[in-house]
Formats: sequence, structure tokens, C-alpha cells
Amino acid sequence: MKLFGKTMTPDPEVVVDIQNLQKLFKLHHNYSLKDSFVNLFTRSNIHKTMFTALNDINLQVHRGEAVGLIGRNGSGKSTLLKQITGVQRPDAGSVRVKGKMAGLIEVGAGFHPDLTGRENIYLNGAILGMSKNEIEQKFDEIVEFSGQAKFIDTEVRFYSSGMYMRLAFSVAIHTEPDLFLVDEVLSVGDNEFRKKCIQKLFELKNENRTFMIVSHSENQIRQICDRVVWLHHGIIMADGTPDEVYPKMNAFQS
Amino acid sequence: MVKKISKLLRTSSEIVPRDKFYTPGSSRGFLDLVNQRFLLKLLVAKEVKVRYRGSYLGQVWTYIKPFVLFLIYFMFVGYVMGGNDRVYNFGIYLFAGLSLVQFFNEVFRNCTISLRSNAALVRKIYLPRELFPIAAWRVALTHFIPQFVILLVASFVIAFSSHPVNLFFLDFKHILAFCLGILLISLFAIGAGMIFATINVFYRDAENLVEVITMCSTWISPVLYDYRLFSEIAPHWFYNIFMCSPISAAVELFHYAFVYDRNFRGDRWAIPVHWVYAANFIPYTLIAFGISGVFLVVGQILFHRFEGRFAQEL
Repeated sequence: MKLFGKTMTPDPEVVVDIQNLQKLFKLHHNYSLKDSFVNLFTRSNIHKTMFTALNDINLQVHRGEAVGLIGRNGSGKSTLLKQITGVQRPDAGSVRVKGKMAGLIEVGAGFHPDLTGRENIYLNGAILGMSKNEIEQKFDEIVEFSGQAKFIDTEVRFYSSGMYMRLAFSVAIHTEPDLFLVDEVLSVGDNEFRKKCIQKLFELKNENRTFMIVSHSENQIRQICDRVVWLHHGIIMADGTPDEVYPKMNAFQS
Repeated sequence: MVKKISKLLRTSSEIVPRDKFYTPGSSRGFLDLVNQRFLLKLLVAKEVKVRYRGSYLGQVWTYIKPFVLFLIYFMFVGYVMGGNDRVYNFGIYLFAGLSLVQFFNEVFRNCTISLRSNAALVRKIYLPRELFPIAAWRVALTHFIPQFVILLVASFVIAFSSHPVNLFFLDFKHILAFCLGILLISLFAIGAGMIFATINVFYRDAENLVEVITMCSTWISPVLYDYRLFSEIAPHWFYNIFMCSPISAAVELFHYAFVYDRNFRGDRWAIPVHWVYAANFIPYTLIAFGISGVFLVVGQILFHRFEGRFAQEL
């Protein structure tokens, strides 16, 4: 099912520009001074513990596009999103973006169990870059969307995990950024709520906002995205429409 | 210069540019905090609320803890060890220094653990990282204010009871000394806290080292004893280092604000006992400010240098 995918012609303007990006991780850490001191003298093979999470990534995303990032676990999808949000910095290459972004990397990262739903909406809204006025304006809408009006002054620790995620997702989706980075958060809540979320994503997409979505669900990706990027071991294997890329990936994996 | 600063402030309060490329995660240090005031306020409120959650006495603990500490020191250092006889107005003298050192300890400790205790946020969402140490500082400040009020009332009562005319001798210099003391200790504690917070991301040893330092801070500054006691036994060079430390300088500024002059004027014991120190008061304080400034700059540089790795190392 494709609601708006075909009706939109993506603006040619580039909003995410990634050039020759490389990201390395050290696999073994020393968490005490003693360990690193010992390592300094024993010269344990440092070069062997490096792991290339992303290698020479070049990617341009245009305004209004919805790009799905697919690939197996550990292929670098989430790492790529983290480079774009600025939480991590690439070891080589560059990332440049335009406009305000909201990383739904992990919904509810800024939530604190000891605060009430109301306080969490304010705190998380501010963390995601909303001003006080914006939050006040959107507050009722957020509460209504989450369906938690009754428990809004209850501490979040008493929420069920579903309720928690619904509230967190509601805040995130109301931040009105130009660029959404969504990481596996579409698996939130029950069917009905998920439908509501996807509906909301379509609305936002219609407003010419840009999306980058990580998901393992082919259905969801096909529903929302008009472009898919397949990552494998930190390398872009294919980039194109879902109909082009999914057969390639399935053939490769089987 | 002024133009440049105001331009920086203006651009920093703008929203993210919509039609211009920028590199995500690149920060301008403390300048980024200008448009994060609302978030800062919420982070502080969260911290304060969470700390006393589920406790019956709640915020009252901020009064109890320093009061007990004060009482113990006052009894044992004041009476058993004879501090009362050596230092004029020992109660105020002790409390002024103690509250300042406690403030330093809290800022230093909270800043050091601020990145680790907010690891969930640091790892997942990009925010100017300076937010966390500054929030820690603001939390400590909310704990310091009740102590300051007690200190102020007590010093007024004592000044008044020794001679009513003393009340009219509160002048600008004392208020300035108080403000400078707070400024000095804040700069130093935040700077040192940022340095240790950065180290703490990579090596958890920093936290333990900070514990050791905060344990000593009360003793390595003229809080429990008079600095002259120290000058009599310590070698001169060591005494100079001791007095130039930002903690000592801030404590002496506080003593000046709350104990010295004011209580001595109109008092029949009024002897300018601190004239020895007063001669070097300004150079010592200036050097201490210089040291604090260096700590803050180094802290900021370290943050800037390593903040790209905070998320993955935590």
C-alpha cells in the first residue's frame, strides 16, 4: 500500500550530504588506568582490535525523501544514523545536514521514571529541541495522541512499557523537525497505535519533511519509503527503489 | 570586541539554519548554552526532584547535612582542639569556609559524574555536552542558597549582638567579596569538574580520585584553622602555594565577606589581625583567578577535543 509515495516529486535540494564517511570502533576498552598502563608497556596488538563499522559511505538525501536503511544486524545502519545526528563523529569523511533534526534513535532516551508524564513531556520536548512555547502549544495534542490523558500526572515508573513508549513516541513525533531519523521505533505499541503512527508519518511526509528510517520490516519500509539503501558490513551494497533493492538483498542472503 | 560577542550571541540564539549546511555535533562550547536555557532549567529541576524523591524530609536534608557537619567541627575543632581560642568569632568563621568548601565539593563531584550519570542521553541524542556540568553546578547552587541564608542571618545576629552599630557597616566591599568568592570557586570547580568528567568517560578512576580530593579539600584550605597557624609551621614557598589555591582564596574572600572587618568595627576587640594577609590579599586572589581560568579553558578544550567520542565510550 502506498498512500502518498507516488504523488510526491522529491525536491532536488540535498539536505543530508555524506562524503567518504568512515567509522572505526575499538573493540577492547581499558576502563582502568592500570590496564592502559599495562597495555602501554606490553604493546598488545592495538591494530587488531579496530573494527570498521562504516566504510567509505557516500549518500545524498533530498528534501522530502523517505529513505529506508536496511540490512542485517550489525551492518552499520544505526551507526550511520548516529553520525548524522552528531552523537558520534566520523573518523574520516564528512557529514553535513540542513535544517532541524530529530533523532528517534531511541524513543524515550530522555525520559526519567521518577518524573510524571507531564514533566517528561516537557523535558523530552526540550531535549528534542522544542522551545517552551512550542511544547505548551503542542501539549494537548501530544497527550491526546498518546492516549494517556488519565495518567499524565502519574510518575512514568508506574506506566506499562506500552504506555511509556506511546507517550515517548508522541513527544518525538510532535517535534516538527525537517529531518526525521527513525531507528526501529515503529514497532512500538499495539497494532492500532502503530497504524496511527504510520498515518502521522505520512502526514509529516506530505509536509515535505525528510525521513531516514531503519527497519527490519519490509512491509513498513515499502509502505513509507520511496528509496532504500542496503548496507552490508558497513558498505552500501545497493541504493534504489524498494522494488529494485529488496530482490537483490534477498538473493544475496539466500 | 563587544560587537563580536553580541554577534556570536545573536547567532547562537537562532534556530538551526534551514537552508545552509552545518556539521552535526559541532559545538561552540558554552555559547551553545545560550539558547538552551529552558532545557537547562528542566534538567536542574529534574535533578533536584529526583534526588529527594521518596524521602519524607525531602529538601530539608539540604539543611540537615551541613548543619550536622558544622556542629561536629564546631564542637571538636572549636572546643576540643581549641579553635575557639585562636580564631575570633570561630562559629561564623567555620561556617563560612565550610559552606563554601561543601559547595566546591558538590560542584566538583557532580560535574565529574555528570556525563556518566546522563549516559543514556549522551549516547543517544546530541546536546551541547556543556549542559551537563552546568546543570550540575546549578543543582549545587540550589543547595548552597539555604546555607547562605543561614550564614547571612547568623553573621548579622552576631554582629548586632556584639554592637548594634555594626549593622551599618555592611558595605559594598563585603558584597563584592562574596560574589567574587562564589565566582572563583564556581570557575575552578566547573573547570576541574570538566577535566575529570572527560577523564571519567575513559577511565572510571577519575571518580575515585575526586572522592579523595573532596575528602582533603576541607583540610587543605583555611577552614578549620587560621591561615596564620599554617604560616607559622609551613615553609614559605609551600605557604604561598597554599594561599594561591583557588579554594583557599575563595575561603578567604568569604571570611572577608562574613567575618572580618564587619564584626570588628565598633567592637572593643577590634584589631586588624589580618593585616599580614591583607597585604597579599589581592595578588593571591588574582593568581587564584588565573589558575581557575586555566582550569576552565583546559576543561573546555578537553571537552571539545573528546566530545565526539563520549557517546561511544560511555
